[in-house]
Amino acid sequence: MRIRQHDGPAVAEVGDSPDLVDPEDIHAVPLRRPGRVLAAVIVVVLLALFVYGAATNSAYDWQTVGKYLFDQRVSQAAFITLLLTAYAMTGAIILGVVLAVMRLSPNPVLRWVSWLFLWVFRGTPVYVQLVFWGLISTIYQHLDLGVPFVHQFAHIRTSSFFSYFWLAVIGLTLNEAAYMAEIVRAGITSVDEGQQEAAVALGMSWSQTMGRIVLPQAMRVIIPPTGNELISMLKTTSLVTAVPYSFELYSRTRDLAIETFNPIPLLLVASAWYLLFTSILMVAQFYLERYFARGASRTMSARQLQALAAAQGVPGAHPFGGEQR
Amino acid sequence: MTEPMVRAQRVRKQFGALEVLKGIDLQVDRGEVMCLIGPSGSGKSTFLRCINHLERLTGGRLYVDGELVGYHQRGDKLHEMHPRDAARQRRDIGMVFQRFNLFPHKTALGNIIEAPMKVQRQKRNVAVQRGKQLLERVGMAEKADAYPAQLSGGQQQRVAIARALAMNPKLMLFDEPTSALDPELVGEVLDVMRQLAQDGMTMIVVTHEMGFAREVADSLVFMDDGVVVEAGHPREVLANPQHQRTRAFLSKVL
Repeated sequence: MRIRQHDGPAVAEVGDSPDLVDPEDIHAVPLRRPGRVLAAVIVVVLLALFVYGAATNSAYDWQTVGKYLFDQRVSQAAFITLLLTAYAMTGAIILGVVLAVMRLSPNPVLRWVSWLFLWVFRGTPVYVQLVFWGLISTIYQHLDLGVPFVHQFAHIRTSSFFSYFWLAVIGLTLNEAAYMAEIVRAGITSVDEGQQEAAVALGMSWSQTMGRIVLPQAMRVIIPPTGNELISMLKTTSLVTAVPYSFELYSRTRDLAIETFNPIPLLLVASAWYLLFTSILMVAQFYLERYFARGASRTMSARQLQALAAAQGVPGAHPFGGEQR
Repeated sequence: MTEPMVRAQRVRKQFGALEVLKGIDLQVDRGEVMCLIGPSGSGKSTFLRCINHLERLTGGRLYVDGELVGYHQRGDKLHEMHPRDAARQRRDIGMVFQRFNLFPHKTALGNIIEAPMKVQRQKRNVAVQRGKQLLERVGMAEKADAYPAQLSGGQQQRVAIARALAMNPKLMLFDEPTSALDPELVGEVLDVMRQLAQDGMTMIVVTHEMGFAREVADSLVFMDDGVVVEAGHPREVLANPQHQRTRAFLSKVL
């Protein structure tokens, strides 16, 4: 390659006769990928075989599936599963953020308390914790509010104060909060130190710096694993039977299966509902991730590209111009 | 005699066993532009960060506009300042960083209006109006809606300067503002700084741009190994350095 001087700026010369090179858009023949086609065919065939097998296998008992799929008892149980998930996850995210911020705070007392919480609630199985919460009214029969050993204003009987539903929510929340705290902490520490410095130099307080500058940037790192945790929580709700609470999706379909002596179709019913919910959550996660990724990449939005092209005077890039040939 | 903008008396800073500043005495008058030069590790940036209390002094005293930085003096005792009061002191001191440190999740304009709205509690439309003026002033008016990742280094640094100016600081600190820039982008940032100096802003600039120091600065301070080796008028220091260490340094950078 050598450089030849034109009238205009220097042009790099490729090949022998640059004047013959067509400046039009390139329309190259796409590369053939026979391996992909073959793999797709195999997958489709296997899938078709499975679907055929499932449709004709009487063990699946599709009639029963159809009968119970929209049964009111099942859809109510599905709703309760959603409620458990929503309450537990909301609580866990809030508590997790608090714990993570405590863990990173300049205050050693807060740091230590946060560590202790994590140690206990992440260090024991959620199933065991749920059993403990179910037994809370045995362990602590009364809750006294007041000055210890001196004076009590309120005297609460735990067994009548907490329903199993709320004990299940508390159990799930506290366990999940420990995991969320670590996710949030990883997000916060992923934000460049210079960001905090710049905010502080502008006179922002520590809480403003965290809330306005650091956490929003940490969200990009926090959201994907949180989506994971949410989906995982939806399924972990099936463990609340340990409390024992048995009105959510899995326990309810299991009870119906025992009544009908036909477990497989009811497992399918439960799976269908779980899949429906996780699919919805996946869509929501996609949009959330896109929102918090703003400013993270050099790639411009279609609107910004159009504005730039318009500034360049490119015909066809005008908002109302349409494409011109 | 009026109080100088910055008065440093025997300022010392230690990181563990490492003493980075070993007693700095300096004075910056109102409207003065001071350039700090010196080899890396000489303590220039640390000194700059001490001025707005991003670093805590180990010894000595630092006054900005007559007010002790980071501590309250009651009798002959110093009391640690509440973070709220330290934040109030920093509001009046603008700082520009080597690596810009723009907030990547906010647009250029969003970066500028953040502190006026949240710290000074300005109304949004007031902050936006002023923000646009500032962008105009640094030649970035048409990039108000761009995110930092979509801007060149020089453009980012100009937005960062506008962001610092939005708080109406009485003092501006520049920590190697052009060191992370491609050579052809240095000029646009220096132009903005030159304009700022002409408008009478008090500035302390840690820099390796000797041309800028010679043209714009009122005083030049050469630091090495945590002490001020030589200070004076930039032309004199650059043309006729008195100390061996200054001569050795200048021979490498000029």
